[in-house]
Amino acid sequence: MFSSLAKLGRYRALIQTLVVRDLKARYRGSVLGFFWSFFNPALLLFIYTFVFTKVLPSSHPASMEPFALFMFCGILPWTWFSSSLLESSNTLIAGGNLIKKVLFPAEVLPIVTVLANMVHFFLGLPILAAFVLYYQRPIDPVELLWLPVIVLVQLILTTGLAFFLSALTVHFRDLKDLLGNILTLWFFATPIIYSVDMAPADMRWWLNINPMTHLMRSYQEVLFFEGSFDHRGWLLALGVGSVVVFLAGYFVFDRLRDSFAEEV
Amino acid sequence: MKPAIDVVNVSKVYRRYARRRQFATLKSALLDGSLLGDLKPDETFQALKNVSFQVPKGCTYGVIGSNGSGKSTLLKCVAGITRPTEGEVNVDGRISALIELGAGFHPEISGRENIFINGIMLGLSKKEVQRRFDEIVEFAEMQDFIDAPVKTYSSGMYMRLGFAVAIHVDPEVLLVDEVLAVGDQGFTHKCLDKFSDFRRRNKSILLVTHSLDLVEKFCDEAHWLDKGGSKGEGDPKKVVAAYVMNVEDSEEHSLAKAEAARLAASASETPQAPPPDVDGESAPENPVDDGETARDGFKATEGRWGTREIEITNVSISGPDGESGHVFQSGDDLKVHMTMTANEPITDFVFGLGLFNADGVCVYGTNTNLEEFQPSEIAGEASVTFEIDSLDLVEGTYRLDLAAHKADGYPYDYHRLLYTFRIKSKIRDVGIYRPAHRWTFGGGIKIQRT
Repeated sequence: MFSSLAKLGRYRALIQTLVVRDLKARYRGSVLGFFWSFFNPALLLFIYTFVFTKVLPSSHPASMEPFALFMFCGILPWTWFSSSLLESSNTLIAGGNLIKKVLFPAEVLPIVTVLANMVHFFLGLPILAAFVLYYQRPIDPVELLWLPVIVLVQLILTTGLAFFLSALTVHFRDLKDLLGNILTLWFFATPIIYSVDMAPADMRWWLNINPMTHLMRSYQEVLFFEGSFDHRGWLLALGVGSVVVFLAGYFVFDRLRDSFAEEV
Repeated sequence: MKPAIDVVNVSKVYRRYARRRQFATLKSALLDGSLLGDLKPDETFQALKNVSFQVPKGCTYGVIGSNGSGKSTLLKCVAGITRPTEGEVNVDGRISALIELGAGFHPEISGRENIFINGIMLGLSKKEVQRRFDEIVEFAEMQDFIDAPVKTYSSGMYMRLGFAVAIHVDPEVLLVDEVLAVGDQGFTHKCLDKFSDFRRRNKSILLVTHSLDLVEKFCDEAHWLDKGGSKGEGDPKKVVAAYVMNVEDSEEHSLAKAEAARLAASASETPQAPPPDVDGESAPENPVDDGETARDGFKATEGRWGTREIEITNVSISGPDGESGHVFQSGDDLKVHMTMTANEPITDFVFGLGLFNADGVCVYGTNTNLEEFQPSEIAGEASVTFEIDSLDLVEGTYRLDLAAHKADGYPYDYHRLLYTFRIKSKIRDVGIYRPAHRWTFGGGIKIQRT
């Protein structure tokens, strides 16, 4: 397993090309092209702003203003997470031609999916930054240095899960549909449109065993809440857990690898 | 010297799951607790059995065999796409596998970008692709379309581009699976030239194909696979000849089986079926059927009818060796032998025969009346033999009408298109009939038979 893990480095050029291909192909033929990557999150932010200032102004405590910005801090990384998982569950089947007909390292496919979605996440960040500036949120530049760490933890965790899902979906096709529902449930079980403090005390324990809670809380503390980044302990612990998930995911993937060419 | 490809006792077993598995899902697997049980195969299919061979460097090695004989599985094992269940495959040097051309092309982006992506997928660096780019485009004859998205390409263009990229990876070992059918004649020649070029540079080619000509002309060695097992290896001419013999045998079997089934079906029909036609010629029974007859001359009208006052009890077709069979060489002498029984003595009778090709066209039809035989009597057991001295037909499948009827067409026993035989020919001429002929050349022509 570790020998094939070591090979991953050699696929850098391949991964890079495929990510670029993925991004290019996604908006090929649309008039605005890459701008959609900006517009989609921007439009989303406008919708949330409208709903939570005009329609449901009392859904949150006053200390959480601007609430749309708060939600945006969570929704942006969540979108990266959930679309990565949804797409990676299908990625080996969609790339079946490559696996069956060409000598092709299959693990590249889920990695490419996660990375391509990460690029979309990055393209959403300027929108977030613009609104942070617009609302003149107090941002501690030192805390911002944690942002790459948070992103890295999320990347490792997501890739590990993507390995699991892509490999298992080859054998259990309905995992794809199951996953859609699980992700919806997971979205509401994660403090994204509410904060951990708003949850009832007896729910906290449940929220704490959800790894996404700690990622979202980290984003929110760094980008939204004032005060120091107290959640860093949880984040680092999650980082260690993510590495375990990554290795376990890769292990499962590697074990099932030989079946792909026959089952896809 | 180390061989380029070394295949040692390779077996490949595919797992097959029973029907229920297709409907089984993760959910049901979890509910039944049968997760592990479901992952176990219910039956297995052995695609390759103990295949061994070596391909020395610089050798072009052909693999032949009928469909399902394991050729492609073998190629995939050599390419490393699937792992053999048992045995070992060692390949020395970079492999490029032309198994499916253009696998991995993305339809939305341009040919130019796809060349880069495909090249990198096949193991080149970006710089290496850059260096070969012009050559690839030129080889694929795609100069004008290289910046158009691949989805706008014709299938020929798509394949040409895929081939061009794969071949310019410059592998030590090239695996080719039946891909030469991709282009027009010109392109095929170009591919063959490229293969020859490979050979000169001491690189190895493993070629899987149904084109026996190609194997004979092009390969240094050949390997015949049958139902996953090795049937023979060595000189391409000998291996191909052995394979062709075997194919004829199995065609013989399948034709005999089909014929038995047809006879069984027609025997159970009621005797007085459609109206007969007089001379066993191909006049359609029913004008409405005409279109169908033209499309599939065999299907529309086969069958058996008549009063059985004279009953044709057995028919055999035999070739020069005198043995009854179904596959003959063009130019063989051929005997059609009928045995029949007349329960009462009969004085008005005609024997007829019609020969049809696969398009339903009557190649030849005749009967004893047309050839001015005057019947006197038939009684009890009798036999009729129709003998053709030289069956000058082009390659194809043919069917026979055989009949005994009255001079006015009243049928005793009419067998319509019930007997099939196949003609094989070394010469690929076309048409329905091969007149005896010769070529003569004079003056400034230099020409000779290969």
